[in-house]
Amino acid sequence: MSSVIEARRLSIDYDTEHGPVRAVDNVSFTVARSERLVLLGPSGCGKSTILKSIAGFIRPSSGDILVEGRAVTKPGPDRLVVFQEFDQLLPWKTVRDNVAFPLKVARGKSGAEARALAEAALAKVGLARVIKDYPHTLSGGMKQRAAIARALAASPEVLLMDEPFAALDALTRGTLQHDLLALAEELQFTLVFVTHSIDEAILIGTRLHLLSAHPGRTITTFDTSGIGAAQLGSPQFRALSEEIRHTLFGRRSGAAA
Amino acid sequence: MTDHIAEAPIAATGSSARRLHWSALRRSAMVRRVLVLATLALLWQLAATFTASPLLLPSFTQTMTALWDGLLHENLASATAASLGILIKGYLLALLLGLIFVSLATANALCREALITLTAMFNPLPAIALLPLAMLWFGLGETSLIFVLVHSVLWPFALATFTGFQSVPDTHRLVGRNYGLTGARYVGSILIPSALPSILSGLKIGWAFAWRTLIAAELVFGVSASQGGLGWFIFRNRNELFTDKVFAGLIMVILIGLIVEFGLFRAIEAVTVRRWGMQRG
Repeated sequence: MSSVIEARRLSIDYDTEHGPVRAVDNVSFTVARSERLVLLGPSGCGKSTILKSIAGFIRPSSGDILVEGRAVTKPGPDRLVVFQEFDQLLPWKTVRDNVAFPLKVARGKSGAEARALAEAALAKVGLARVIKDYPHTLSGGMKQRAAIARALAASPEVLLMDEPFAALDALTRGTLQHDLLALAEELQFTLVFVTHSIDEAILIGTRLHLLSAHPGRTITTFDTSGIGAAQLGSPQFRALSEEIRHTLFGRRSGAAA
Repeated sequence: MTDHIAEAPIAATGSSARRLHWSALRRSAMVRRVLVLATLALLWQLAATFTASPLLLPSFTQTMTALWDGLLHENLASATAASLGILIKGYLLALLLGLIFVSLATANALCREALITLTAMFNPLPAIALLPLAMLWFGLGETSLIFVLVHSVLWPFALATFTGFQSVPDTHRLVGRNYGLTGARYVGSILIPSALPSILSGLKIGWAFAWRTLIAAELVFGVSASQGGLGWFIFRNRNELFTDKVFAGLIMVILIGLIVEFGLFRAIEAVTVRRWGMQRG
């Protein structure tokens, strides 16, 4: 199986006033094509930091990251990120131009070609009706849909998502999770997804990479490729959820929900 | 996707309702503005009639007559044009210098410190106070006026633009870098649009400073311009006790200020930052 991402013995330090602080310690993983790897752990486990280093925003202190066999040295459109923040859509561009922009600057598409691709991608996430609107008129859920469409349209080697649904209300979050899964089934993209929600991790991921906090170290991994939306709320799903909770937070049942 | 039916109609109603609300607001704002101006004119007319001393306080109608007269038969139009010509030269030069300065400050820590220090030093210094020195250096003429104009615009504009660049949200920066944008393309397509509300406010402040500095400079050192400007027009008519013409000159200063504020800056804001929801109307 060819791996799209290979992270080898990754350690990342943050500079603070009191000297460097280790955020990620000796973490290794690979992501195969069409796989959905979820980095899961409590806050402070360095999961977002790992994602940012795959994106090329942060340089690891030691170890390296290969994407399609090439070492990551800087940010690039082969690794597009969906952020948690709603202001990731550029407010001065219409929804369609937000999606078309990376196609033009990073993929060298002509204006008309980029617009057509953007419209197709927006139709896929159910935003065909608002393509000419500016982002500030959209709801939070619609903004995150547009951001997903923007990343999908450029067909990157890998999609990186940094808690994209964390700021949404529960109902919208549920809908977007299911829609993301449907898109993944259809398009078979490769995804690295960061979350602190255990249920979201089981639902979205095909494999979970559990991290402990301060510093972020690998605890274990779980194969969840057989569990999807259909199993949500089933005894099997709940048992796995409970097992992961115990693994992350010790043996105190229900201590940290 | 399954829930676009549930989500989309809400947003569609929201955006069209907002558009309707906005146009209604703009119309009523225009009505209110005219109402305020008309009330001021009426009060002025009443006060002048009551005072009955055109030498001290010419009435609104006398001033309008003098304005009309000045435009048709005297040099009010050419004086205004002369002032505006110098103003635009100084303003544009200051913007150019400001952009270069801010670009350097964004790229280099030493330049950043220089910008912050120089702005702190020169921003509180009234530009008009530099005019005597400027005339010593550059003589009586346009160069001296442009020098003080640049001084009056450069610092507030550079400060506002620099602050705007500094407060570009991290998410916008990360999105731009994620696309592999660097250098001039990064500045042009991410930093400048994201900082546009601050840049526009810097342009407005700079314009107001430039206009008042120029009129003051012409009033005090009127002959320094090759042709007499608007300030000189006011000064000359005050010496000859043509108070209605002094008022006509002042009205001209105010009119141009209003036109630039509402006709230019507000119009630019309406199609940019307010349309994009980056600034409330």
